[in-house]
Amino acid sequence: MNPVSSPKSPGSINPHEAIHRDPDMVIFGFWVFMMSDLIFFGVVFAIYITMVGATAGGPGPKELFDFGSLFAQTMLLLTSSLTAGIATVIVKHERSRAAFLFWVVITLLLGMGFLALELYDFAGMAEKGGVPQRSGYLSAFFGLVPLHGLHVTFGCLWMIVLIVQVFTMGLGDVVKLRFLRLALFWHFLDLIWIGIFSVVYFGGWVYG
Amino acid sequence: MAKEPTFAQHLRLYITGYILSIVLTLAAFAAVLTIGRDNKSVLILVALLGVAQLVVQLKYFLNVTTQRDRRDNLALILFSSLILLIIVLGTVWIMGNLAVRMHTTM
Repeated sequence: MNPVSSPKSPGSINPHEAIHRDPDMVIFGFWVFMMSDLIFFGVVFAIYITMVGATAGGPGPKELFDFGSLFAQTMLLLTSSLTAGIATVIVKHERSRAAFLFWVVITLLLGMGFLALELYDFAGMAEKGGVPQRSGYLSAFFGLVPLHGLHVTFGCLWMIVLIVQVFTMGLGDVVKLRFLRLALFWHFLDLIWIGIFSVVYFGGWVYG
Repeated sequence: MAKEPTFAQHLRLYITGYILSIVLTLAAFAAVLTIGRDNKSVLILVALLGVAQLVVQLKYFLNVTTQRDRRDNLALILFSSLILLIIVLGTVWIMGNLAVRMHTTM
């Protein structure tokens, strides 16, 4: 149960107190979710690794991947992780609401830029015959990379909802804690992306 | 509990993490560009840079430390990493072994 919604249970901390004392203690439960998500990603990574080379005569990573686009996507996501971090610092030190919204919007735009590039990449792959049903390798690829993309999509939706909440509910402690969870989620996606460009793209180029 | 950093110190933490991440990412991309996309040894370098970046981001972005009051997070991450290691290495080991016995190439 969310400690924020159950002020009567003995271990709970009221949100206003929590954000000043130690917000990282309150979002421990979210860490548990992220680690279970990490294991889910791990399984899909393992499938990809065993499927490298199973191209069944179809196009492989050498023909399909675009180095320039990969680099641009990486930079966008990495920078969005910084802007989410700046928003976190603003929240923790209770600086202006306008500055907070500004950095959240920048993060959202960077995330959407990343998604646009990724979709453009997938379309390019499909043009070269790289569709999920073509081979085991491509099924594994489309099981992993769009899974990360889906997480980014939900992160963007989460940001939009949060921006609406800041306007309707104000930047109260509940909304602040929601944002801190979102920031953790966003940094976590950045970490997964490091695994994706190292294993899926670079590993694919070498072994595919 | 550790003393809370000031606004500027806090901000500097994230910017330091970002600069380190950018340097490590650029190094990985540069390695693949210069050593080549077919040379197997490049992956060792990429893996080392990836692990370094993991540590940097955990420290600067996710604020995971060995401080006493943050041990829960660290224990959770280490336990999850163990499960992850068993799943991934186990899968690669078993499936690789199977491929060799079936005389198929991986």
